Amino acid sequence: MSDLPITSKAGFSWLLKMAWRDGKASGGRLLLFMSSIILGIAALVSIQSFSDNLKDNIVLQSKALMGADYIIDSRQLPNEKVQKIIDSLGSKGREVTFASMASFPGKPGTRLSQIRGIEGDFPLYGVLETEPENAASTYQQNSGALVDATILLQFGLKVGDSIKIGALTFPIVGELNAAPGSTALTSSVAPTIIIPFRYVEGTELLQVGSRQEYNYYFKAPEDLDLELFDQRLDPILDAEGADLDTHTSTSRRLGRRYTNVSKFLNLVAFIALLLGCVGIASSVNIYIKEKLKAVAVLKCLGATRKQSFLIYLLQIAGMGLTGGLVGSIAGVLLQLLFPAILAEFLPFEVQITFSMSPIVMGLLLGVFLSVLFALLPLMSTWYVSPLEVLRVQEQPGVRSRGAKMLVFGGILLFIFLFALWLLGRWQYALSFVLGILMTFAILAGIASLLMRALKKYFPESMGFTTRQSLLNLFRPNNQTMTLMLAIGVGAFLISTLYFTKDILLAKASLENGATSPNLILLDVQTEQREAVANSITPKGLPLIDNIPIITMRIHSIKGRPVNDIREDTTSTVNQWILNHEFRVTYRDSLIASETLISGEFTPEMPEEGAVPISLADNVAIDAGVVVGDTLTFNIQGVLMETIVGSIRYVDWGRMQLNFSMVFPKGVLENAPQFHVLSTKTPDEAASARLQQELVRAFPNVSIIDLRQILALIEGILDKISWVINFMAFFSILTGIVVLIGAVRTSKYQRIKESVLLRTLGAKNAQILSITALEYLYLGTLGSLFGVILSLASSYLLALLVFETSFTPSWVPFTILLPGIALLVLIIGLSNSRSVLKSSPLEVLRKETQ
Amino acid sequence: MTNILNVHQLKKTYTSGSKTITVLEDISFDIDKGDTFAIVGPSGSGKTTLLGLCAGLDQADSGTVTLCGVELSSLNEDRRALLRNREVGFIFQDFQLLPTLTALENVSVPLELQGEKNAKEFAMELLQKVGLGERHHHYPSQLSGGEQQRVALARAFSNGPSILFADEPTGNLDEETGNTVTELLFELNKEAGTTLVIVTHDLELARRTQRILRLKGGKILEDEKIVTP
Repeated sequence: MSDLPITSKAGFSWLLKMAWRDGKASGGRLLLFMSSIILGIAALVSIQSFSDNLKDNIVLQSKALMGADYIIDSRQLPNEKVQKIIDSLGSKGREVTFASMASFPGKPGTRLSQIRGIEGDFPLYGVLETEPENAASTYQQNSGALVDATILLQFGLKVGDSIKIGALTFPIVGELNAAPGSTALTSSVAPTIIIPFRYVEGTELLQVGSRQEYNYYFKAPEDLDLELFDQRLDPILDAEGADLDTHTSTSRRLGRRYTNVSKFLNLVAFIALLLGCVGIASSVNIYIKEKLKAVAVLKCLGATRKQSFLIYLLQIAGMGLTGGLVGSIAGVLLQLLFPAILAEFLPFEVQITFSMSPIVMGLLLGVFLSVLFALLPLMSTWYVSPLEVLRVQEQPGVRSRGAKMLVFGGILLFIFLFALWLLGRWQYALSFVLGILMTFAILAGIASLLMRALKKYFPESMGFTTRQSLLNLFRPNNQTMTLMLAIGVGAFLISTLYFTKDILLAKASLENGATSPNLILLDVQTEQREAVANSITPKGLPLIDNIPIITMRIHSIKGRPVNDIREDTTSTVNQWILNHEFRVTYRDSLIASETLISGEFTPEMPEEGAVPISLADNVAIDAGVVVGDTLTFNIQGVLMETIVGSIRYVDWGRMQLNFSMVFPKGVLENAPQFHVLSTKTPDEAASARLQQELVRAFPNVSIIDLRQILALIEGILDKISWVINFMAFFSILTGIVVLIGAVRTSKYQRIKESVLLRTLGAKNAQILSITALEYLYLGTLGSLFGVILSLASSYLLALLVFETSFTPSWVPFTILLPGIALLVLIIGLSNSRSVLKSSPLEVLRKETQ
Repeated sequence: MTNILNVHQLKKTYTSGSKTITVLEDISFDIDKGDTFAIVGPSGSGKTTLLGLCAGLDQADSGTVTLCGVELSSLNEDRRALLRNREVGFIFQDFQLLPTLTALENVSVPLELQGEKNAKEFAMELLQKVGLGERHHHYPSQLSGGEQQRVALARAFSNGPSILFADEPTGNLDEETGNTVTELLFELNKEAGTTLVIVTHDLELARRTQRILRLKGGKILEDEKIVTP
């Protein structure tokens, strides 16, 4: 017999044939597996395709979004040097923009608006979308205003009516639907009104301290390297209090603005995908368990270990490919919903284009993930002995620890790399992997402790059903570990997602306490302060805040002029500190949103020495200063030396006026300043009356009606919640698939015991209670610990990633926990249905074959 | 006459917890090519374990098994599988058909493993021989016990084995069906000239072979030659 072949003559095509034959007849059993893949891939592909589309759109539309190739902007009229640069570059258009209250002659009500006074060819790219269409080209010569459509709608205005801005009244010549430089979000707070530049002065709205911005629009020559141009010109302009923005840098900034949203959505997709992977592992585990006998037969007939392993590997890869394809197509279709949902946050309409790359990614991921997460259960086919066909109870085959560790290592590496790809920072990715590992370890530890404790302190005195159900938790072949892990990890991931949603939404929510103001008056001049206050208090309304604001720039840090620091490439001082125009206040105490971190807050200017000021911690870090360091400010031409007296933590999330720098009283009282006043009106009518009166008497004062903004923000938050819930739904759906898989695994371990009990005379009700109690213990404990662990992880997320406080909602405890426990119970009991319905003999024959 | 199977000083033990149980000890015998041979004995006497060792499904603690001239302990698991595919046929008490394959596909598998191009045609011929040509597209769950065992018979002969191991081939069948299957087994075996090794409780079935090996407590009690008229 020396001619015994070394390898089998059946080639790859036979393996494919066997995989297909077997898979074809096992279709139903692979449904769980397929659904895990489809859900996970669909979630990921939809989010990835949409993010790609968003990025592409931002790049493609960047010129149209800005309206030019580049802009030079400045918060005041450009000085001589800047004006020379502007002239030499040949500006094609200019604009001054500021916030102001608009009123409508003959109609009640006023509205905070963004006024854009425009001159020249603006926009150089893109269009002013108006109704009638030609209004965009005729408003200049007709001396009219283009008014945002929302204002027309809100006040029942139409083209031909009038609008009063400051001291001037304009005819409304067109309805403005979109304009480069205006976003949907800012427009909803202060809708845009465009007027010819030449009338701005006549409105008498531009006064000292007014928040205005001058923009000069340019077209770049074809061969101009904008990056290089930006690098060269920006520092020169910065030094003169102006700024250069190119369409490429703007698109980058815009892209970054949406990365937080897409980061969270990516995290959701990743969690759905991870749950999908757990689903793959658990469903393949059941599937392969059912196939082991067939593997033994195949080996008996002469199939090698490699052949029998490959048959099922190919089958799984094929299912992964199909699931990946279906999931990708579902994902690509699903993204069509996103632009409609996210329209409020996006500055433009997203054109969805279909590309092959997400589908290819979905397909590859489908195959790769299926194979990776199926490898552990698949490995058992390698170790099946052909002897099993002879009913011989063989000792379990010696499994290779090395191979197992290799697969585990592969899984961890994949999770890390994928998290890195999605989250962009290796620290986050590593924390994610460690978090998942810790969760598994803690859950496994709890399961093992539970079993040991039950064994040691078993309640012998309890009734038959309770004792049997508790025994089930630790006797041989128990499912405690498997189910605790599956249920715990599922509950952990889903409730982490829920808590993260809490964090994100809480960060954005507003305080609406009794003493919180709901009407804020900006740009009140010093000489108007008393008169404005006198319009408020006689009506019985409180004057809650009366905050002075002085604008200033930093001149030097620790004695070093900012110009020096700018040129020093080794400096660690953040650039924004050097260029920013700070709005500073003075007062004698800390407010509720502030906590002193170091130094001592000085309420009044001491008689001698430098001015002791208080800095917000983020400013101190970015400026590289600590308590005792000196800072010199340029206050509208006057230099003032100060010393850092204290550093405060400021909760910027609170909806109140917060300041990065606070001076003590007795220093800035005589500096040019404007004021912010606030009050609280009892209802909308009172608010509208006061606003109208104030706008009439003080046209330069802008009024923010927090009630309106609150309603707006709530609307936006609702939409965000909707998106988050929609994505969370994917994870929950996948979680249920995992759960069904995990409970079904235990079916084969439990059925025989139940049948034997029944044969020995146990009643249906007793078997039902034993099963119900066992699943109830596991469902409750698994989900309880999952939720508790997620509470800890969310706290860490809030602290380290989102840098905010965390007040968890009760929903995971009151809905998720009992919901999961109930689901486990229902799925568990539905498994036993066949046992209860048929005779013991029938069941033994059918179920144990 | 040459030996197709040579068993020498075979010993097999299992460990259960801290205990070692000896299942087979000091087993030696030869089987000539073309012979029919039965292994009988009470439950727990080690019959099935012996069959597993002879067919290369398991490995002994000591002693040797030489099957078709190859000493089995010299082969690894995969090469033993290749040897089985070329030289060995199996029939099991509980049929052991692959549940997701049709009758025809079940019979084709050993041939396909050999790389046989006309596997389907050969398999179909064999199914017709066992009287199931019409039911070739049925899955095992759609066939009765007797029919399943007939498919298993066709599969056992499909690769043209030199030796066929049958483990309680009628153990799961009623008497009448059992008799039909037995007749078919001996008929096909005679036709193919295959060596037949049957493990059985059924002494009547054992008496139809040329030699009976009686086992008790893992040892050979008797090696009896049957004289056939």
